Amino acid sequence: MATAPRFWRENPSRYNLVGVKCNSCGRHFFPPRTICPVCHRKSVGMMERVKLKGTGKIFSMTEVHEGLEELSMQRPYFLAMVELDEGVKVTAQVIDCEACDLEIGMPVRATMRKLSEEGPSGVIHYGYKFVPVNLKAKAEGPAH
Amino acid sequence: MRRVAIIGVGDTEFGELWDSSFRDIGIKAGLAAVADANISADMIDALYVGNMSAGRFIEQEHIGALIADYAGLAKSHIPATRIEAAGASGGLALRQGFMAVASGLHDIVVVGGAEKMTDVSDTESAVIQSSAADQEWETVLGATFPALHALMARRHMHEYGTTREQIADVAVKNHRNGSLNPKAQFKREITRETVLGSPMVSSPLRVFDCAPSSDGAAAVVLCPLEHAKKYTETPVEIVGSGQASDTLSLHDRKDICTMEATKMAAKRAFDMAGITQKDVDVAEVHDNFTISEILAIEDLGFFKKGEGGKATEAGLTAISGQIAVNTSGGLKARGDPIGATGLAQAVEVVTQLRAKAGKRQVIDAEVGLTHNVGGTGATVVVHLLRRV
Repeated sequence: MATAPRFWRENPSRYNLVGVKCNSCGRHFFPPRTICPVCHRKSVGMMERVKLKGTGKIFSMTEVHEGLEELSMQRPYFLAMVELDEGVKVTAQVIDCEACDLEIGMPVRATMRKLSEEGPSGVIHYGYKFVPVNLKAKAEGPAH
Repeated sequence: MRRVAIIGVGDTEFGELWDSSFRDIGIKAGLAAVADANISADMIDALYVGNMSAGRFIEQEHIGALIADYAGLAKSHIPATRIEAAGASGGLALRQGFMAVASGLHDIVVVGGAEKMTDVSDTESAVIQSSAADQEWETVLGATFPALHALMARRHMHEYGTTREQIADVAVKNHRNGSLNPKAQFKREITRETVLGSPMVSSPLRVFDCAPSSDGAAAVVLCPLEHAKKYTETPVEIVGSGQASDTLSLHDRKDICTMEATKMAAKRAFDMAGITQKDVDVAEVHDNFTISEILAIEDLGFFKKGEGGKATEAGLTAISGQIAVNTSGGLKARGDPIGATGLAQAVEVVTQLRAKAGKRQVIDAEVGLTHNVGGTGATVVVHLLRRV
């Protein structure tokens, strides 16, 4: 069973999409890194924690039919790589949608949900998932 | 730096080897390689073993010493080292052995690779394989190993118009090649319909897009090229060795349709060898998923980016094609006992360059390539081998 270490459970990044901005080059990273892979040593002490807006577009996606035991109740589920507005990509589930709704380039926003639990009455893991933006408007016609 | 040759190869069948233990298969492959090289045990200077996760598959760590011990080498106290880089463990072990001989530190080195995957359930095996990806920022969020490759496949289809049928053709070709390999896990030919009608794993990838869980081992014996003819009439020289790394998470890469580590490892190997892609007759590439082979043949420079699917569909990667890819059946049909895979690739290429590949022989093969990937491309090892 894939379980996360305790420090990860208490990591604010997975609840609030807290990343870092390198104040040497201006690039954003998620999850937080100590050193900017572009600026290297110049970035030491200049990596500022920032909350990402949580809005972005689907870069690629898949419908997962076989997978990890702790997610078996959710299968099949949609998994996407999302390119956030700040330019960083994250991998997460997309919920509140049907297969035919999802396409590359579609706008989504982050929401906090239950990810999994360690057995029937075990520790519950929370974290970010994404929901489509303006899905209803799309179904009814072009948004204005 | 000294020039290095492979003077012996050995391997086991790949599949569900429930009558053999991890150490049994490791020793079987090693003994076959040592017999092929016509050397005695007291001549072995060092042992390297590629293995991804014996700790989780069979709850055994300390693999280097274990294999040296059961190879009967405990009394000679040779250095025995286990090498891990997920799926690239075997190829990386080969590179460590190559460096040890090239540097002059050791003369005769045995490099093996082994994995025993079928002692755990399929579900557990999938969890262990997913540990090659980022546990904290991919796996826990629901990204299985097939799902990460599905993201690559979907994006490749989107950017280049690669079709689902072209991706299936990789599996069809590799099963055809596997049917010609007595040691392959799957020896039956399949059709596009077999692939496209198989159960969905992670869309668009289905069961027949995925390499199986396998037990198996493979090994080679290395020595300085200048001594090689003492042991064998058919030495094969390692003319190029390249290794590269990349971000652990797939999403941290700008382009998920390209494995930059493959491009860089290949460049380093080709630069060392002083040859180009046009010189390569046969290639064993890391097709842990069908889409992986399409990315590989593009990133290795055999085909332009975006044209891997079309090339496969047109038969350019078949045994009689422009470049014979995965003549062994590849990971898909030959099987994928993770730590053994990189060595099994070398065994197949050596077999081809010695013209001993039987019904799957590539006519007059002189130069071969192996391409071994860890995770979604965070470690890549490429070797170039040439008939002496």
